Amino acid sequence: MNYAQFAAFILLLPLLSFVVLGIWGRRYLSKLAPWFGTASMAAVCALSLYAAFRYFFVDGSVGGVFQPIIAMQVPWLEFGYKNLSIDLGLLLDPISVMMLVVISVVSLMVHLFSMGYMKGEDRVPTYYAFLSLFSFSMLGLVLSVNLFQIYIFWELVGASSFLLIGFFFTKPSAVAASKKAFIVTRFADLFFLIGILIMGIQAGSFDFGVLLQQLTNPASEASVAMASAGFLGLSALTWALVLIFIGGAGKSAMLPLHIWLPDAMEGPTPVSALIHAATMVVAGVYLVARLFPVFQLDALAMQVVTWVGASSALFAAVIACTQTDIKRVLAYSTMSQIGYMMFSLGVGGQGETAALGYTASMFHLFTHAFFKSLLFLGAGAVIHFVHSNDMRDMGGLRRLMPLTHISFLIGCLAIAGVPPFAGFFSKEEILLAAWQSNKLVYYLALFTAALTAFYMFRLYFMIFWQADKQYHHHSEGTLSMKLPLLLLALLSISAGFVPFSQFVSADGRATATHMHWQFSIAPVVLVILGIGLAAWLYRQQNDKPAKLAASLGSFYKGAYRKFYFDELYLFVTHRILFKMIGKPAAWADKQLVDGAVNASGDATLAAAQAIKGWQSGKVQQYLLVFLLAVLLLAAVLLFFWLV
Amino acid sequence: MVPVSHMLFFSTALFFIGVYGLLTRRNMIALLMSIELMLNSVNINFVVFNKYLWPGQLDGVFFSIFIIAIAAAEAAVAIAIVINLYRSHLSVDVDDAAELKY
Amino acid sequence: MTLAQIVFYLLATFTLVMAWLSVSARQLFRSAIWLLFALVGVAGIYFWMEMEFIAAVQIVVYVGGVVVLIIFSIFLTNQSGDDMPLAGMRRRIAAALAVLFGIGFTALLVAGHSFTASPEKFDNEVSRIGYAMLDTGVGGYALPFEAVSLLLLAAMVGCIVIAIKDDGRGKANKETSATPEK
Repeated sequence: MNYAQFAAFILLLPLLSFVVLGIWGRRYLSKLAPWFGTASMAAVCALSLYAAFRYFFVDGSVGGVFQPIIAMQVPWLEFGYKNLSIDLGLLLDPISVMMLVVISVVSLMVHLFSMGYMKGEDRVPTYYAFLSLFSFSMLGLVLSVNLFQIYIFWELVGASSFLLIGFFFTKPSAVAASKKAFIVTRFADLFFLIGILIMGIQAGSFDFGVLLQQLTNPASEASVAMASAGFLGLSALTWALVLIFIGGAGKSAMLPLHIWLPDAMEGPTPVSALIHAATMVVAGVYLVARLFPVFQLDALAMQVVTWVGASSALFAAVIACTQTDIKRVLAYSTMSQIGYMMFSLGVGGQGETAALGYTASMFHLFTHAFFKSLLFLGAGAVIHFVHSNDMRDMGGLRRLMPLTHISFLIGCLAIAGVPPFAGFFSKEEILLAAWQSNKLVYYLALFTAALTAFYMFRLYFMIFWQADKQYHHHSEGTLSMKLPLLLLALLSISAGFVPFSQFVSADGRATATHMHWQFSIAPVVLVILGIGLAAWLYRQQNDKPAKLAASLGSFYKGAYRKFYFDELYLFVTHRILFKMIGKPAAWADKQLVDGAVNASGDATLAAAQAIKGWQSGKVQQYLLVFLLAVLLLAAVLLFFWLV
Repeated sequence: MVPVSHMLFFSTALFFIGVYGLLTRRNMIALLMSIELMLNSVNINFVVFNKYLWPGQLDGVFFSIFIIAIAAAEAAVAIAIVINLYRSHLSVDVDDAAELKY
Repeated sequence: MTLAQIVFYLLATFTLVMAWLSVSARQLFRSAIWLLFALVGVAGIYFWMEMEFIAAVQIVVYVGGVVVLIIFSIFLTNQSGDDMPLAGMRRRIAAALAVLFGIGFTALLVAGHSFTASPEKFDNEVSRIGYAMLDTGVGGYALPFEAVSLLLLAAMVGCIVIAIKDDGRGKANKETSATPEK
């Protein structure tokens, strides 16, 4: 089978859609644009599913091991240093094919949902063009064959998410949020780029296949170069991996760089479902998974991944318990779940159990994409109905929006990890991986699981139970909004039964699914406790939550204010960076650089002022000068030159 | 016999008297007169060179004849311009016609 | 000193004095008269050099034509009686210095060069000039002669065009002429 054409079509269709809608959309296709974008995404989705089918069941497995297939590779830029070159190509291997399916399915659902959600908005063709651009970038990212190509698409993803978050550009908060998202992720990408360069220079290649092959062989030239070079007591390998991980952490909203994610909720809700649930935010996880065998070589990098992931998971879960903006709760829960994926990768050490963490992480990525986009789209439907993001404005919606209610409930159960919904299976695997590797992480994760159940059901009860509020009554939504909810709900129920470890594992070998029923007792009990607590506190409108908040005192307040991370960043940027560096730099720029430029201008002007009298317009003065000049020239020529 | 150089001294003096007038006069008609003086000194030179140095030829004589003809034409055109300028500016001072200054 | 020499120096002195008076007189009309004498003096020099044809042309064209034209224009611009304004002192000094430098420099050059008069006799019969002027061969001046005649025609037409009175047909011209600058 010719994968090149296949995979190329998967990339080219969204690009074509972007170009067509971007250029002609608003003029000629204002009505057709949603259909056009959705149709092209449906084609991509079909192609991706077919590619997955071919890869997993027909071609991919050679002797029981899934082989990476390079569908296409062309040299693009050659450095002439250590045979270093940047190639552009398409790589199909278990995780990229899995990501293709996830991205195209979620993107299709979002395209469908947007048809109803964005109805009546301005610039719908532009919106669809941006969605297509984003899909293109994300698909290109997962199909990249080398680090540099991934970086190119990584930045494209950043740029298109900037466009989508700031889609309502007349809203100042949306503009600020899009800038924040772009700058924070861009800041992280700087480290990513440095990491890529270290990796490329030391190992002599950007190519994933070559990198993995070279670095996992301790005798190879690249490994020796990586291990021998160092800086500040750490080897080049550690530096490269940690820097690359910082890039991934920025995109995935891990702990110190997470501040953009909650604000990014200013974008249209379907966009949040696409970008902040299933695709862009898991790019960091995907990146680490892509380089997983290399990360395995370095214990320190693995520790960093583990602890950043685990702390983000817990931290975000705590904040999510206090937020009242429905989308922000979902944003923090996303951050928390991505933390799960991260530390799951981190605890995947070497040996027999290594595969478990990796598989669990990818499995959670897979299931999370469906139930989180379901939750976001459900939230979108609710927001569409209520015209508010604040869940204190909501209540009793279960009678008014039955379908949304059911699907949202399924999503909540899935994310909480209640059997037999999708999240249960993947989360169990993660917990198992943590248990086998690091007990402390395991307990943190367990506690976070309980918190997850609590805040998700807090959200659920506050929206769908409690007392009725006054709403402008209209119908629940169009078919195009209901259909994705229904499909995603089905996927959220069924995705957990996919025998995932058969397909995706660290070494490409199919492994048996480990399911220990005894082991599941503790998490499930905790989850049910969390749900029960949420129900007790929030099922009816009462003053218990307020009392609880008061009894927690400053801790609650801190969590409510997101532990002052934004303030900390503002302090660092405004008080320290801007004041200490920005102001002097601005002063130097204004006074010294501009001063030099202005001085040259002023000098010219002054010189012109001084000599402009020479051009007096007085003929006789000219004549005098002319005469003297002629005479002097003649004198010079005759007496000094021609002698 | 007067030396050729004395005749040339004479024409030089005449020329620079014309130059002095050209530099100091402000009336355009006066400037024109200075120019006539300078042309005359050039004519004298041509004639002197022709007569005393290359008597076999007539180029100097012809040059001075043409210069005289051209000077007449030039004077006519210049005076037409001056009169026109006088009509529009009510002045024949060179420095008054300064619209194109700067 | 022969009589010829005396006559030359006298004529030269006369011409220079008249020329000086012409450029320094305060009244324009007088200046024109001094110019007239200077031109006559130059004609006298030509006569002294036995260049009768040139001398005749000088008198006919300059004295009879150009100077009369200048006097006409003086009357037309109504300046005959007034004293002309003097140029500034600085301008005069600068001009004088430049002129003295020029005279000195040129005189130095002339004096440094030994002009040796050709012993040949200069034949300046008018008929020779006339034949040369109409000759189209080598050493003939037919082409410049025709060129100059064209130039004179063009100058004549030009003068009429420039000096013709604006009868109101040219609107823009009238506007500019109606608003003198000062």
